Amino acid sequence: MGDSQYSFSLTTFSPSGKLVQIEHALTAVGSGQTSLGIKASNGVVIATEKKLPSILVDETSVQKIQILTPNIGVVYSGMGPDSRVLVRKSRKQAEQYNLLYKEAIPVTQLVRETAAVMQEFTQSGGVRPFGVSLLVAGYDDKGPQLYQVDPSGSYFSWKASAMGKNVSNAKMFLEKRYTDDMELEDAIHTAILTLKGLLVFEGQISGKNIEIGVIEADRTFRVLTAAQIEDYLQEVE
Amino acid sequence: MSIFEYNGSALVAMVGKNCFAIASDRRLGVQLQTIATDFQRIFKIHDKLFLGLSGLGSDAQTLHQRLVFRHKLYQLREERDMKPETFASLVSAMLYEKRFGPYFCQPVIAGLGEDDKPFICTMDSIGAKELAKDFVVAGTASESLYGACESMFKPDMDHEELFETISQALISSVDRDCLSGWGGHVYIVTPTEVTERILKGRMD
Repeated sequence: MGDSQYSFSLTTFSPSGKLVQIEHALTAVGSGQTSLGIKASNGVVIATEKKLPSILVDETSVQKIQILTPNIGVVYSGMGPDSRVLVRKSRKQAEQYNLLYKEAIPVTQLVRETAAVMQEFTQSGGVRPFGVSLLVAGYDDKGPQLYQVDPSGSYFSWKASAMGKNVSNAKMFLEKRYTDDMELEDAIHTAILTLKGLLVFEGQISGKNIEIGVIEADRTFRVLTAAQIEDYLQEVE
Repeated sequence: MSIFEYNGSALVAMVGKNCFAIASDRRLGVQLQTIATDFQRIFKIHDKLFLGLSGLGSDAQTLHQRLVFRHKLYQLREERDMKPETFASLVSAMLYEKRFGPYFCQPVIAGLGEDDKPFICTMDSIGAKELAKDFVVAGTASESLYGACESMFKPDMDHEELFETISQALISSVDRDCLSGWGGHVYIVTPTEVTERILKGRMD
C-alpha cells in the first residue's frame, strides 16, 4: 500500500457522482445465480438455484440459504465467500442484541445493522464493497417481512423480489403472479415456477439443484429438504 | 458504614389487578444529616414503565440519565417503547458491565407489559434480577418493608386499595429506619392513567 498513487479508498466519487466500485459490485451481483423471495400473507419464502461447477461436487455440502436467527433467514446472489462474512457478522449482531435485551432482534433492526456494515466497506480505506446482494426473510411481531440489501448498503422492503441473472424476467413474472393476499403455499409454487421458467438446467429442475427456505407463523426459519422440494415440484407439474 | 447506607432510601413496588404501584421515601441525607426532603428516587421511563433507584443518590441520578439515554435511542430506532422485561434485561446488563466498579444502587423496575400485565422486579447492584409476582423492596428500610408488605399484601387489589396498602407499608417501615422517611412519593399506574401522590408521615 504505502507510497502508491492509489492508496486512497477505492470508493472515491467519479465526476458523474457515482461510486464506480459499487456499480461494479452490482455487476458482480447481476452475474450471480438467480435468487428470489416472496412475502405471503402468512409467511415468506426465499429460493435460489444451486448450480454447481461439476457433477462431482457433493451437493449436500453446499448450502446457500443460511439461518441468521431462529426466525430470520437469508439468501444471496453474487460472491459466496462475501456472503459468508456478512452472515457471520449478522449472526453476531443478532446475538449481541439478544444478550443485551433477552429478546429476539426485530427483522428491521438486523437488516439495518447488516446494511450499515456493507456501507462501511464503501467508505473505508483499503477495502472493497461486498459483491453480494442479500434477501433477508423473517417473521417477527410486525409479521412476515422480506428485505433486500445491496452492496451500497441500501435496503428495501419488498413484497416480492429477485436478484442475480435474469432478474428482469424474474421480476416481470413475479409482478404478474403476485397478489397481496397470497398464502405461503401459493408463494412457494410461484417461486418454483419462476425459477423453472428462468433456468436452463442441464437436465431437470429437481430438489438437488434448487434451494428453498420458508418461514411462517410459527416463526421458525427452515430450509426445505430435497425430498420436500420434490413434493412441491410434483404439485407444480 | 456501608456506601449503600450513605444517603438512605426506601423503595417498594406492588402488583395489583391490572395495575401496579411504586413508592419511595423523600429523604436525602449525608449520613446523619438530612439535606433534602423532596428527593426524587422514582423516574418515569415511559407511560407504562417506572424505575426506582435506591442507594447512593449520585449513582441513582447518573444511572437514571444513562438509562433514559438508552431508552430514547431505542425508541427512535425501533419506533416503539421498551417492554418492562426488556428494560430490566438492559438494566441488568448495564450494571454487570461495571462488575468491578459498580453503581451503588439497587433498582426497582415496575411496568405494564404485553396486554397491560403488571411486571415488577428488583436486582442487586451488579444486576442479579429478582422477579416477583407480589411485591419487591429496596433500600435501607428493606427489612422492615419485607415484613410490612408480607403481612399487608393480598393479590388482585384494585388501584385504590393498592394505594392504601403500599402507603401504609411504606410509612410504617420508614418510621423504623432513621435514614429514610420525610414523607412518601407514591405512583399508581393503570392502563389508562398514572396517579402521583405525596404522603405526609413523621417528618423526622
